[in-house]
Amino acid sequence: MISKEDVLNIASLSRIHLQDNEIDQLTKNLEDILEYIAKLEKLDVSNVEPTSHVLPIENVYREDKVNSSLGQSAALKISTENQNGSFKVPKVIE
Amino acid sequence: MDKTATKEYETVIGLEVHLQLSTESKIFCSCANKFGEDPNSLTCPVCLGLPGSLPVLNKKALEYGIKAGLALNCSINPLIKFDRKNYYYPDLPKAYQISQYDMPVASNGFLMITDEDGKPKTIRILRAHLEEDAGKLIHESTCSLVDYNRTGTPLLEIVTEPDLSSPQEAYDYLQNLKLTLQYLNVSDCDMEKGSLRCDANISIREKGVIKLGTKTELKNMNSFKAVKTALEYEVSRHKKVILAGDRITQESRLWDESKQMSFSMRSKEEAHDYRYFPEPDLVPFVVSDERISEIKASIPELPFTKLERLIKEYKITEYDARIIIQDNAISDFFEECTLHYKDFKKICNWINGSLLQELNSRKTKLAQIDLGALEFTKLIQKIDDETLSNLAAKDVLTHMIDSGKSVDEIVKEKGLSQVSNDSELEKIVEEVIADNEKVANEIKEGKESAVGFLVGQAMKRTQGKANPKKVGEIIKNKLSKSQ
Amino acid sequence: MKLNYLTAHEILDLIKENKTSAQKVYKSVLDQIDNSEKAIKAYANLAERSEISIDENKPFPIPIAVKDNMCVLDQETTCSSNILKGFKPSYDATVIEKLKDSGAIIIGHANMDEFAFGSSTETSCYGPTHNPWDLDCVPGGSSGGSTAAVASNQAIWAIGSDTGGSIRQPAAFCGVVGLKPTYGRVSRYGLIAFASSLDQIGPITKDVEDSAILMNIIAGYDPKDSTSAKPEDALFLNTLSCRDDNYSHSCDLPDFTKALVNDVKGLRLGIPKEYFIDGIDAEVKQAVLDAIERLKDRGATFKEISLPHTEYAVATYYIIATSEASSNLARFDGVQYGLRKIPERPRKSSIVDMYEETRAAGFGTEAKRRIMLGTYSLSSGYYDDYYLRGLKVRTLIKQDFDKAFKEVDAIVTPTTPTTAFKIGEKTSDPISMYLSDIFTISANLSGIPAISIPCGFSRNNLPIGMQIMAKPFDEEMLFRIGYTYQQITDWHKKRVNL
Repeated sequence: MISKEDVLNIASLSRIHLQDNEIDQLTKNLEDILEYIAKLEKLDVSNVEPTSHVLPIENVYREDKVNSSLGQSAALKISTENQNGSFKVPKVIE
Repeated sequence: MDKTATKEYETVIGLEVHLQLSTESKIFCSCANKFGEDPNSLTCPVCLGLPGSLPVLNKKALEYGIKAGLALNCSINPLIKFDRKNYYYPDLPKAYQISQYDMPVASNGFLMITDEDGKPKTIRILRAHLEEDAGKLIHESTCSLVDYNRTGTPLLEIVTEPDLSSPQEAYDYLQNLKLTLQYLNVSDCDMEKGSLRCDANISIREKGVIKLGTKTELKNMNSFKAVKTALEYEVSRHKKVILAGDRITQESRLWDESKQMSFSMRSKEEAHDYRYFPEPDLVPFVVSDERISEIKASIPELPFTKLERLIKEYKITEYDARIIIQDNAISDFFEECTLHYKDFKKICNWINGSLLQELNSRKTKLAQIDLGALEFTKLIQKIDDETLSNLAAKDVLTHMIDSGKSVDEIVKEKGLSQVSNDSELEKIVEEVIADNEKVANEIKEGKESAVGFLVGQAMKRTQGKANPKKVGEIIKNKLSKSQ
Repeated sequence: MKLNYLTAHEILDLIKENKTSAQKVYKSVLDQIDNSEKAIKAYANLAERSEISIDENKPFPIPIAVKDNMCVLDQETTCSSNILKGFKPSYDATVIEKLKDSGAIIIGHANMDEFAFGSSTETSCYGPTHNPWDLDCVPGGSSGGSTAAVASNQAIWAIGSDTGGSIRQPAAFCGVVGLKPTYGRVSRYGLIAFASSLDQIGPITKDVEDSAILMNIIAGYDPKDSTSAKPEDALFLNTLSCRDDNYSHSCDLPDFTKALVNDVKGLRLGIPKEYFIDGIDAEVKQAVLDAIERLKDRGATFKEISLPHTEYAVATYYIIATSEASSNLARFDGVQYGLRKIPERPRKSSIVDMYEETRAAGFGTEAKRRIMLGTYSLSSGYYDDYYLRGLKVRTLIKQDFDKAFKEVDAIVTPTTPTTAFKIGEKTSDPISMYLSDIFTISANLSGIPAISIPCGFSRNNLPIGMQIMAKPFDEEMLFRIGYTYQQITDWHKKRVNL
């Protein structure tokens, strides 16, 4: 149902590097879970609307007003690394 | 014989335009939507994507989206919702972008352009959807730096159907799109500042073939001209590849402006799978018909409707009208001028000439300066009644824009009134002749074309105040052979 | 009795009568922590005692434990995950603001399953919390640190979050009262999201009265949370699924303590047959049936009802919750804050290497499992079969409740199929762990409020919980039934001596 390649592909999409022993374990786990989830296939849902929001609330906005920001130093306080007022990360090659 | 060489190809282009909306605050938080501040100074937990923070939609952003959609002849969707587009990039702090997938603000619109034969052509607009802008990456030699000030700037992405058949049409579409959007006051539309960005999808196919060829996506063009050049480059690249018997690879390519070439973007580690799903942190939006009508009513007369009307109503040339409609404020100014002054052609000349020069040299817009239509027409009248020479009038205009003073005040202050007094002018002409004996003699011998030179000298001596027509007459009288 | 054994309403009465002070209560809680925290491990991080200030003039100077997934300004908030170690939020969650305004004393962040992924508090990076009633047992989860803190008298109150039962299940295991309010009742702003469409913050207390008092503090519309309900929304929803009766709801945010009425006469309560199935522990079943008898004695009527899609709830939940979680947790990538790891040898590009190494090192096994399951269910080619199907079954489950509430005022069930299980018992079997939430998940999927109330003890002296569910925005119904029940029973008065 789910192959090792699938698992590696999902891991890559999820940006998680897996160790070899994890790959087997996760393949097995996901296989079990998907098998359990497969029970939903018994239901005919062709005429059922999906529910992505449980409350029928609509149109929640804010007015276009400016409020104070955190500011540079408070923003960077959480940073792992910063330089020149910016968050520093390993070089991104485009 | 190589058959492929004789085959004819046609170009198929679709454009994706990202427009930064000029709201006061960001799309999902109340940080200021401003450009050019210190890095990360305009950030808060929401636009930094801090854990636990939640988005709340800026009402204005949605209204601007609807307004633009309506101006582009789109239908506004009865149910508007937001979705998450998931991908990793350091400038995207939540590792997903709040965007719209299957229920965008607007869809199925169109914009008119003129094709190569001068005929009107409809470019269909597939959709216009709202999303949040990402931050900015600055690449240093050993690291990259992230500034999240731009994160959360409201964007409207406007996507065409592949209806554009040439790089020139793409260019024209962008021009018309920009002009239309500028009339709405929803964006600066400044490609150099990045408030308008454009990606292009391009493919070619043999004439008569229905199936689209493999497309490439062009990115990183920073002007309309660059879009056109990049597309031209890409068309010829596609042709070369196909004529060589190779296949086009579907990929994204970066335009390199300095090299004037497109380059394949480093092949991604894996294919994109954005895993769109409904954004659970935002509720759906239902815009009432009344609200849509209200927004529709707030849309001004759009540029191309205005163009036709100006030509018809004021009998000005299409050339003049096209210049005037380039800026909504200018076209309004023109129409206001016509209330005070009836030589419409002359108004056009003054607007499209001196006024635009003044604005361009100041890098400003009409809306930013203090110049009334009534004063402007008074200035033109001063030329008609020979109070001012053309040259002096231009000078007065400069001062009017600088100081905001009236024409009369400036003329008085600067003593710019044209000198038409015969005795005064005679005196000046005599001086000029005395100083330019050689030229004067040539005129005496019949070289009439040299009169202009002496007129110019007289104008110089009076700092443009002399009435040139009269000066010319006096010179001719004084130097005529009969004397 | 020691001060920290009391409920908040008892403490507030004593303070009013000048018989004690907030300072003394706080001291008794700290003494308890010094005494028993080593054995319980209820806390992920305790606040610096020197930084805690007590304002005796504020109305509710009550020591409270806050689950480690709610942002407290400048206090390390980690979701009990290595990936957030050292993260000190630059803002307060809305509930934290409200608690601070009310005078509540935030004594620390309570331990939890990593990112709330679990039902036992064993997946925490700080190690498991122990059940105060039996140190070999789990406290339940994911808010196990919060419920254990209250059950061990190491806090008077706690707040937890509930995505599939994460307040109610550990409340049942620890013998305390845990409420999951209606979705939208309490602001989620500042709650580090697990599954945004399911998460709700709620009170964990020793009795129903305290639960109502704490709800008065934390509930209410928040303009910072687009999904939080305005009073008019609550009214609208009640008129939707509510039968006409004499018990009307205020359209304003109610004073929940007004619902503390000792009267269930004439209330119609439903017992869903799908919740009393084989596999449910006989003692648990008996305790809930006994509780039902007590409520009958007080004049409530009961009828059997059916919630036919119950068996699909767990599967539906795991699709929806993990899908949302895979996206919510994507931001923990080492770019801005928290853990950052670079592999020793490069594999891909330097930035991708950082993402992959940081997330590999920062997330525990269960987190990886759920992120990957969610990523799979949203990925191209699988969306319709998994995520979309999940949303559709969610509709069916919600409709079951809409239908049921046309016939009954509330639904009574066991909170969990069993009492607390042993530490380590289910860690290697994810599905059996998931099934311990089988009775609590449906309330999250349908957004309705549900409460767990102590209703007995097993022969092994482990607490048993009864769950009551009500219509959207009818928490008052839960308080009314729970309060009445607590007037005629004293399960909620049992304290652990540690």
